[in-house]
Amino acid sequence: MAIKKYISNLAVIQNTAINSQTHLLKLSSNSALPTIIPGQFAELRIDGTSDVFLRRPISVNFVDYTKNELWLLVQKVGKGTQKLCELRENDNLNLLFPLGNGFTLPGDFTQKVLLIGGGVGVAPLLFLAAELAKLNCCITILIGGRSADNLLLVNDFADYGKVYFTTEDGSAGERGYVTQHSILANEKFDKIYCCGPTPMMKAVGQYACQKNIDCQISLENTMACGIGACLCCVTNTVDGHKCVCSDGPVFNINDIKWNND
Amino acid sequence: MANLKIKIGNLQLKNPVMTASGTFGYGTEFSDFIDISRLGAIIVKGTTLNSRQGNPYPRMAETPSGMLNAVGLQNKGVDYFIKQIYPTIKDIDTNIIVNVSGSCVDDYVATAERVNSLSNIPAIELNISCPNVKQGGMAFGTSCKSAQTVISAVRKVYDKTLIVKLSPNVTDIAEIARAAEDAGADSISLINTLLGMAINSETRRPILSTITGGLSGAAVKPIALRMVWQVAKAVNIPVIGLGGIMNAADAIEFFLAGASAIQVGTANFVDPTITCQIIDGINDYLERHGYSSISEIISALEE
Repeated sequence: MAIKKYISNLAVIQNTAINSQTHLLKLSSNSALPTIIPGQFAELRIDGTSDVFLRRPISVNFVDYTKNELWLLVQKVGKGTQKLCELRENDNLNLLFPLGNGFTLPGDFTQKVLLIGGGVGVAPLLFLAAELAKLNCCITILIGGRSADNLLLVNDFADYGKVYFTTEDGSAGERGYVTQHSILANEKFDKIYCCGPTPMMKAVGQYACQKNIDCQISLENTMACGIGACLCCVTNTVDGHKCVCSDGPVFNINDIKWNND
Repeated sequence: MANLKIKIGNLQLKNPVMTASGTFGYGTEFSDFIDISRLGAIIVKGTTLNSRQGNPYPRMAETPSGMLNAVGLQNKGVDYFIKQIYPTIKDIDTNIIVNVSGSCVDDYVATAERVNSLSNIPAIELNISCPNVKQGGMAFGTSCKSAQTVISAVRKVYDKTLIVKLSPNVTDIAEIARAAEDAGADSISLINTLLGMAINSETRRPILSTITGGLSGAAVKPIALRMVWQVAKAVNIPVIGLGGIMNAADAIEFFLAGASAIQVGTANFVDPTITCQIIDGINDYLERHGYSSISEIISALEE
């Protein structure tokens, strides 16, 4: 079941700001990309600064196997991600990938699946939507953000299913949080995939448990190694501490024990 | 090809590059990236008598040229290691060394005794220097008396190579090293992490759940180098140097300061192939300077 991991240099072929805080990096590989499962991530090496010592884990946003392109969505949250957003065309980026366990795809493709993303958490869901679409799943996408500017990749998601939004300020879609969206009351889903801020994943998890819907979430704890060696990125689960990098980042909601629970 | 072989106690190393405990898992985590049998030794995770959950998240804070960790010896206990992990790693063609930790002397002794029975574990590294556990750990490594008590007790039940890993969080490292030698250590490894702290000024909170943690990475190298140099002068047993070694040049500095072997720790997180690059880099250095063997540069610092 273990998926072989690689260390390789990929070339930056495009770096586009998609809002003030978020960049889309398109990387190209000289050799054929290995099979990557939606939800898996890469550890990116950032050189040339003493402030950024460790790699940065970034989830795979999209893979184009025909062009050997790997896409990453990077939000500027600190010095490391700031450096990544400053990369220029033809720069090389050293990656460890693909890391971690991705989302488990439904066994029954007639199922209605709901993808819920918040902020930059939509990143792995785009690749997931693309893979689910190949299986002819019925896909609904629900994206939440503070305001319209935080709703990312809306047009890209529209290729794969119906897209709904919520914003906290009401500037797009329904006002409020994703768990308050009318689609949750009006439609019935068989499976939920969620990635976003922790409070969102907690609320979505609660909803899924109440409705008895199978729900997978993707966590993003701070990491050092990314390969299960350092035990720094643990999350509390029903089986004790598990590494987000190697046991996750995708977990079934029933296995997670949130801190302070 | 220069002769990279070195002996630590009764331990034969094919080269002087080992991996530091807690930074290399059980070795197999890295086998997609390198041939781990090329290593001189793999020191596996800190192992305790009973299973430990470790400290709550957050356990890590990045710092300039380094990082703080407060993992707190998360492991499933020595019996789990013997039953579940040992069979999967015992035939790797290198020295597998177990890092033994504890919260009281009896725990260290019981753990060492069990590991002593494993035929393919030729050495243990006695960890009397973990800064991230409430009881034991570093407390044993910060006074000569308590270090001697635990080392002598383990020496009685452990008959293979006994390496003792020292804490840098002491006033006089040479004195502790001499105490370890007197108590029967075959070798000394140093340094474990330096006790440190990180604060988020925006939230006015400590970053680590434990408030303090152990500092490692490039930032600690000058301190590690100084302590290895002091200890190598103070004892007659081989010294294993570690602390902030990021490349072959760093490793060479430790040999010159008196280390007979080195461990690579935090650098494994930055580049999982770095250990093999360091082995090759040491060989290149020796050839470039006309040395035929690694032993020629140990303590070769021109003072």
